[in-house]
Amino acid sequence: MTDSPILTVRGLSVHFARTVGPAVDNVSFEVRPGECLAIVGESGSGKSVTARSLLGLAPAGAHVSFDELSLYGEALPAPRSRRWRTIRGASIGLVLQDALVSLDPLRPVGREIDDVLRLHTTLNQAERHERVLELLDAVGVPDPALRARQRSGELSGGLRQRALIAAGIAAGPSLIIADEPTTALDVTVQARVLDVLSSLRNSGTAMILITHDLAVVSRIADRVAVMSDGRIVETGATRSVLSAPATRPTKQLLASIPLDVPRGVPLDLPSGEDTVVSAPQKPPTQPTPSASALELVAVSRRYRTRHGAPIQALDNVSLALTAGTTLGLVGQSGSGKTTIARIALGLETADSGDVFLNGEPWSSLSPRERQPLRHRLGAIYQDALSSFDPRLSVERILVDALSAGSSHAQRPLSTTDELLDAVGLPRAVRNRRPLHLSGGQRQRVAIARALAPGPRTILCDEPVSSLDVSTQARVLNLLDELQRHLGLSYLFISHDLGVIRHMSDSVAVINDGRIVETGTTNEIFTAPRDPYTLSLIAALPRVRG
Amino acid sequence: MTEILAGRLSHAPGAAPGVRGWRRILSNAGVIIALGILALILTAALAPQLITSAQPDAVSPAEAFQTPSGTHFFGTDESGRDVYTRVVFGAGNSLLIGIAATVVGLGLALVLGLLGGLGSRLGDFVSTRIVEVMFALPGLLLALVFIAITGPGVVTSTVAVGLSTAPGYARIIRSQLRSVRNAGYVEAATVLGHSRLRITLQHILPGALAPIFVLGTLGVGQAIVWASSLGFLGLGVAPPAAEWGAMLSSGRTYIDVAWWLTVFPGLAIVATAGSFTVLGRALNARARQEVGG
Amino acid sequence: MTDSSEIATEWRTPTPASRMRLLGWVARRVGGGAFVLWMVATVIFFALRLIPGDPIDAILGGPGSQASAEAVAQIRSDYGLDQPLIVQYFLAMSKLAVADFGTSYALKVAVAPYVLTQLWSTLVLTIASLVVAWAFALALTLATSGRGRAAHSVGSGLELLAAAVPHFWLASLLIILLSNTLHWLPPISVPGPLGLVLPVLTLALPLTGFLGQIMRESLSNAYEQPFVLSARARGESEWGVRFRHVLRHAALPGISLSGWAFGSLLSGAVVVETIFARPGLGRTLLSAVTIRDIPVVTAVALLSALIFILMTIATDAIDRIVDPRMKGVNAQ
Repeated sequence: MTDSPILTVRGLSVHFARTVGPAVDNVSFEVRPGECLAIVGESGSGKSVTARSLLGLAPAGAHVSFDELSLYGEALPAPRSRRWRTIRGASIGLVLQDALVSLDPLRPVGREIDDVLRLHTTLNQAERHERVLELLDAVGVPDPALRARQRSGELSGGLRQRALIAAGIAAGPSLIIADEPTTALDVTVQARVLDVLSSLRNSGTAMILITHDLAVVSRIADRVAVMSDGRIVETGATRSVLSAPATRPTKQLLASIPLDVPRGVPLDLPSGEDTVVSAPQKPPTQPTPSASALELVAVSRRYRTRHGAPIQALDNVSLALTAGTTLGLVGQSGSGKTTIARIALGLETADSGDVFLNGEPWSSLSPRERQPLRHRLGAIYQDALSSFDPRLSVERILVDALSAGSSHAQRPLSTTDELLDAVGLPRAVRNRRPLHLSGGQRQRVAIARALAPGPRTILCDEPVSSLDVSTQARVLNLLDELQRHLGLSYLFISHDLGVIRHMSDSVAVINDGRIVETGTTNEIFTAPRDPYTLSLIAALPRVRG
Repeated sequence: MTEILAGRLSHAPGAAPGVRGWRRILSNAGVIIALGILALILTAALAPQLITSAQPDAVSPAEAFQTPSGTHFFGTDESGRDVYTRVVFGAGNSLLIGIAATVVGLGLALVLGLLGGLGSRLGDFVSTRIVEVMFALPGLLLALVFIAITGPGVVTSTVAVGLSTAPGYARIIRSQLRSVRNAGYVEAATVLGHSRLRITLQHILPGALAPIFVLGTLGVGQAIVWASSLGFLGLGVAPPAAEWGAMLSSGRTYIDVAWWLTVFPGLAIVATAGSFTVLGRALNARARQEVGG
Repeated sequence: MTDSSEIATEWRTPTPASRMRLLGWVARRVGGGAFVLWMVATVIFFALRLIPGDPIDAILGGPGSQASAEAVAQIRSDYGLDQPLIVQYFLAMSKLAVADFGTSYALKVAVAPYVLTQLWSTLVLTIASLVVAWAFALALTLATSGRGRAAHSVGSGLELLAAAVPHFWLASLLIILLSNTLHWLPPISVPGPLGLVLPVLTLALPLTGFLGQIMRESLSNAYEQPFVLSARARGESEWGVRFRHVLRHAALPGISLSGWAFGSLLSGAVVVETIFARPGLGRTLLSAVTIRDIPVVTAVALLSALIFILMTIATDAIDRIVDPRMKGVNAQ
C-alpha cells in the first residue's frame, strides 16, 4: 500500500449560515488504494457532512472551502459543476444507511443498479441486465433474478443493504464512501455486510467508512480518524489508536462502550451536565433476596397476519426475574421481545401461560382488577417522545404520574422536585415540553415518570437504543444507581449485546419467539451452549482483540 | 374540500395554539389582511348601517344599470338598487348561514366521529357505514337531494350544507381519535395505572378534538361558498332578500351589459371564504408547530 | 411502545397470490359499493315518507303540478301507496334492482332512458376536467418548485387563489373575460370541442389549485429523502432525479386524492352545466330538484353515486399498484 493516495483532503471546512461555528473545521486526510479509513465520532461531530462534501453533495446552505480536494491528484470540481456527473458513481461510490429509504422504495432494486450502468457504461440493455445479476451475486444476494425485480421494502434488511452496496460499486469506482452502512441492521446481518465491504477492500477498492461504532471500526478499518466538534482530533492505525488512545474524545468513546465494562462499574463519563444524582431522603426497604419480582410461565401468543398464515410470536416462553437484580432479555428485531414486554405489562393478553408479579397472579386479573395494582410495575420505552402527551410540560407529566394509582405512602419519591433530583435533571426543565429537550434528557424524564408511582419492578424496553454512545453511557449509569438506591428490579430488553452484558445479572436469549438459552451473564457470554447464542456472540465485533 | 386540507392536520394529535401562538400568528401579513377583511364583514353583518346609508331594497328604476361610481361604489342593478348596499346587507345572511351550517355539520360529525373513534366495533361499523352513505353523494349533490325532499328555503339549505360537510369532518374526527388511542402515551398512561375514563377525558379527547377549532374555521369558509352556490341555484334565501349567491344568479342574465352585478358579490364571497381559509391554515400551522406534529 | 403486530409482513409482494388478493379486494369494494347504493336508495325512500306532506305531491313534482285523476291513480298503484310501508319498500327496491326508475310524471317520460342520455355529456366534462387539472397542476408545480423562493411563492399563491374561487364566480369571470371582452369563446356551451373549453376550465382551475398544493408539498418532501441523495451520488442529472424518482413520489397523494376530486367535479358539474346551459346530469338534477321530481332525483343521485364509487375504487386500485407500501402501519 505504498502507492500514491487516491483521495487527498486538506483543510476542508464547512459552515452553515444559521449556525455558530463550523460544522467541519480544517479537516485533512488521505486514502490509499486497498485501504479502509474509518471516520469515527458521535452524532453532530461532522462526519456525515464531511462525507457528503467529498462528493460535492453538502446539504443545502453549506459553504464549503478547502485547500486541496483531489482525486488521483486532479482537483475535484466545484459543487455545482457538471463534471461531477462523470465522477459520482464512476470514480466515487456512496453507500448510505438504511437501504429501505436510501433506495427508491417505488422502484425495483435492479433498476436502481441499472441506472448506474446506464449512466457510466456503454452496455446495451441486455448486457446491463446481465451485469446487474452478476453484481447482486457478487455481494451475496441469493436468487438475484427474483430480487432484482423486487422493491427495497420486499427485501430483508441485510439483502437490501447489499443491494445498495451493489448500486454503489456497479460502475467500478476506486473509492467507496460508506456512511453508517450497518447501523440499522441486526448483529448477525451486520457481520455479513461487513464481510462484503471487507472483501471489496481486499480487492483494491479504497474505502472511507463513517461510523459511531468503534467495534465496527476495529473489525474492518486499517486506519481511523476520530472527529469531535468538526475537527479531527486523532488519526492513526486502528490498532494503536484503539489500544492507546491519546486524546480525550477518543478515550471517552472507548470508555462509553458497555461491552467490556463489568457489571456495576460506571461507564466513564466526561465532566459536565446531568451527572448529579442524589439518593432519596428515605431509602426504601431492600427487597427480600431471591424473592420473585416478575415471572413469565409458559407464555405463548400467536397472531394472524392480514394474509392468512398465522405467526407464532411467542412459543412457551418462561422468564424469571429475581428481586433486586436485572434480567437482560436479548434478541434481534422480530424475535418477540416487544410482545413479551406488552404481555408483561398487561397491554396484551397471552393465548396461554401466566405472568406473576411479586409472586402474585398478574395476567389472570381483569384490567379493572389490575388497575389499582399497576404502581408495582413501571415501564420505560424506546421512543420516549411518543410516550409523552405532546401537550404537556415535564412538570405536568410528572404530576400526572404521581397522581396515578393508589396513594400508598411508601413511595420513596413523592414530589416533582425529588423525582427530578433523582434522575439528575435540573429543576429548570420542568416547564419545558419533551419536544424541546435532548434525547438524553427525555429519557431521564421517562425514567422519572416511571419511578413516580413507586414501583419495585421496572420493565425497560430498549431504553437506550436511540441514544448517542456517551448519552447512552450516562443513562445506563443512572439506571444502575437508581437500582442500588431504590432496590429496583429490572427486566432489561435490548438487541445490543454489549449493553445487556454490562447491565444484567442474568440473561435470557430469545430467537423467533422461543427462549433458546438462559443463565448468568458470565455463563452466557463466556460459555454459551446454544448455537444461536454462539452465532450472536461470534458476530459481535469487539473493540479490543 | 376542507377535509382534504384539514386531513393534512397530521395524524399526530394537535392542540389549539396557546397565548404565545396568537402573537406569532398575527405576525404574518396574509393573516392580518384576512383578519381585517373578516372584521369588515362582521361589521357589515352586525351593523350594516355603519358602512352604508342606503337600504338594500330601495328600488329606483330610473337609476338602473349604472356603472360603479362615487355614489354607487358597485353600481346599480336592474331595479336600480345599490349593489354595494346589497352586498353589505348580504354579509349577514352569508355569515349566519355559513356559521350555522358549520355548527350543524360539526355537531353531526362529532356524534358520528365519537361513535366511530371511541365506540365498540358495532358502533364503529354503524358510524362508518353512515359516513360512507353520506359520502356517496359528494359535495352539493347531497345537499340537492336533501332539498328535493324537504323543499327549498333558508333553513333547509343551511341544514343541507351542514349535512354535506359532516361526513368529511366525521372521518377526520374518527381518524384522529383512532390514532390518539393507539398513541404511545395512551399506553404509557395505562401502564401508570390511570383509569380508562380518565385517560379518555384527559388525553384522548383533548388531543383528538383540538383540531375542531381549525376545522371549524376552515369549514365556515367552505360553507359560505356552498351556501351561496345554493343561493345561486335559486334554492336558498328567497328574493328580494340580499344574498350574494342569488345576486350573482340574477346578475348573470345581464352579464354582457353589466359585469359589476356578478363581479362584486362574487368578490365578497371569495374574500370572506378566502379569509377564513387563510386564518384556518395559519391556526393549523401554528398548532402543528407547537406540538411538533 | 411499538405495536408487536409489526412482526407481521408489511409489504404486498406482487406474486400470483397477491394478484388474487387484489381481485378479492376489488370484489369486496364493489360489494361495499352496492351496499352503499342500496342504503342511499333506502334513505331517500324513508325520508320521503317521513317528511310531512303527501308523497304523491313529491312524486308528481311539487304541489303545483296539475295532475289528472288517472295520473294520481296510476301513481298509487305503481308505488303501492295503499299498501303497508314494508311492502312499498320491497316494491321500490325491487324496481331499482332492475334499474327501473319509473316515470317522471312531471316530464312525462320514462326516467331511466332519459337520465342515461345525460350521462355521457357529464362524463366527458368531468373526465376532461380531471385530466386538464392534473396537467396544469403538474406543469405549475414543475415550473415553480425548486427554482427559488420567488417562483415558489408565485406558484403557491396561484394555487391558493385557484382553490378559493367558487365555480359560479369563476365561470362568470371567464365569460366576461373570454367571451364578452375578447370574443374568443362562446358564452354558452355549443356542441363540439370549442363549447367544452370554458366549462372544463371552470371546473379544472380550482382543482388545479388543490392538486397543486398537495403536489408541491409532497415534491419538496420527496426531495429531502435519502434515495434522492443516493441517486445524485450515482451521477444522475437533476432532470433524471426529477423524472425518474421524485415525480412518482410527488404524484402519489394526488392519485389517492383523485377519487375525491372526481366527486367534487361531479358536484361542480351541477353549477357549471347550469351556467353554460350544457346538457348533463347536473342540470337535470337541478331542474328535478326545483320542481321536486323525486323519480328523476333518485335516478340521478343513484347514478352519480355509482360513478363516484367506481371512480374511487379505480383510483384506490391504481394507488395500490403504484405504491404497495402499507399505509398507516408502523412498518419498518
